[in-house]
Amino acid sequence: MAHFKKPEAGSWTAHLKIDTEPVSYEDSISPGHYELEREAIFRRTWLNVGRVEQLTKRGSYFTKELDAAGASVIVVRGMDDEVRAFHNVCRHRGNKLVWNDFPREETGGVCRQFTCKYHAWRYDLEGKLTFVQQEQEFFDLDKSQYGLKGVQTEVWEGFVFVNLDPENTTPLREYLGEFAKGIEGYPFHKMTQAHKYRAEIGANWKLFIDAFAEFYHAPILHAGQYVSDEARKIQKYGYEALHYDIDGPHSMVSSWGGIAPPHDRKMVKPIEGALRSGLFGPWEAPDIGVETADLPPAVNPTKDPRWGMDSFVFFPNFMLLIWRPNWVLTYHYWPTSYNTHLFEATCYFVPPENAFQRLQQELAVVSFKEYGLQDGNTLEATQSMLESRAVGEFPLNDQEVLLRHLHGTARQFVRDHQQRSSGAPAAP
Amino acid sequence: MATVFPSQFAALEPFADWAVPTEKARYAKRIASTMDELDTFYNAAFPLLASGTEYLQNVFMEDISEEDKHLLWLFCALVTVAFSVEAWRQPKVPDTGAASIDAVVEPAV
Repeated sequence: MAHFKKPEAGSWTAHLKIDTEPVSYEDSISPGHYELEREAIFRRTWLNVGRVEQLTKRGSYFTKELDAAGASVIVVRGMDDEVRAFHNVCRHRGNKLVWNDFPREETGGVCRQFTCKYHAWRYDLEGKLTFVQQEQEFFDLDKSQYGLKGVQTEVWEGFVFVNLDPENTTPLREYLGEFAKGIEGYPFHKMTQAHKYRAEIGANWKLFIDAFAEFYHAPILHAGQYVSDEARKIQKYGYEALHYDIDGPHSMVSSWGGIAPPHDRKMVKPIEGALRSGLFGPWEAPDIGVETADLPPAVNPTKDPRWGMDSFVFFPNFMLLIWRPNWVLTYHYWPTSYNTHLFEATCYFVPPENAFQRLQQELAVVSFKEYGLQDGNTLEATQSMLESRAVGEFPLNDQEVLLRHLHGTARQFVRDHQQRSSGAPAAP
Repeated sequence: MATVFPSQFAALEPFADWAVPTEKARYAKRIASTMDELDTFYNAAFPLLASGTEYLQNVFMEDISEEDKHLLWLFCALVTVAFSVEAWRQPKVPDTGAASIDAVVEPAV
């Protein structure tokens, strides 16, 4: 039985003009296809590497490992307050410029300049080469020609993006499209209390996006998270979203849920009742200067009173979740091979004023982690069986429409890139 | 001996080892504990959390005292332990094998 109205086309999938055939996951189990994705996607699109709050003052920097793009970047706030990114490579002999203890681990801090550990070449915060050890030993070295190699950097609503392809000149805001425009003005800058988590996941990067782009699994995989009466009710109910939408390579799902306080207090666990909080966040939303009904237009796009959260996928690997009780969760999926990736999740809250609010936030964060552990481990089980190739085609339902869109988009990027590099005209 | 918690929460003194400052360490302590240990801690701490709302709402994060910091960390540990006690009936999340999700950035308090 349908609880929420579907589009006139009869299904979300038909409405979004996506085919309904069973799908192949060959794109998630093929090392060769992954190499194509690295080239066509991760070396060529805008990637979100952090937030401006990580760069609080002039000289604040952090490094970001972009394994899938075969790169490491330094992101830094210059003396002119501009946020820039550079390839993390010393121009002298190619040593990694900024790292501590373990060359492959990310780092950050505040500095006046970058000094290479190898031969002490120094660069200022704008990337200019300022010092060469025993400069007189070199042959006509023009220091102005040996600054750090810059990477395109742009900031959208406080989210810092880099683009490793100097030939991709599409501005960030244009790339992010209509959803991003419709989110602009959301007070992300007020949500500076961050909890960040990281996990190594034994599955293709797209499979974890799949897991978070559909909530069809939630009543089943996460049944143990609910009190038993609630679990039975939710399983019987199943899951239907309020709304799905796509815009070019990006997509979103708008969901009901988490309306607080619950109608029946017996339906929540004791800790949730005591702290008035849960997976959807504290039941009392902090003041962010804007009422739910007045949020920017892309948030709760149907303006449904039952709205609980929106989840946006900004292709390829940045997921932004906006929750009704005025907090935000981001996910990033950084591929490290065809069947592994580094998963990052960051919860952003308005800083708590008192210990009770701090505990309400802790419960939301820990709830996410408990769910995430269930999701993450399930993915390893999925990856290994997909790789068995015992089964090659899988039926997806209408609540899984965004999975079709994600995999289709990734395959299209690969096809377009292959056509461009072979010099053939692009498909119409 | 100095007390770890504010005087109204003296009943928690035997559980002072749960006043752990980071989520990663709190989770590690949970999965290194038996269900009996988790139940004992939960049964002692939960009623004080449930009745302590007003007290906690008057503990402001700016200038938080050492005793209140310990209390906050202990209740954070209770949040972590509540999943084992109220949902899983085992220390670990079921079916999670060797999977781990680790906190890499969290608030200082």
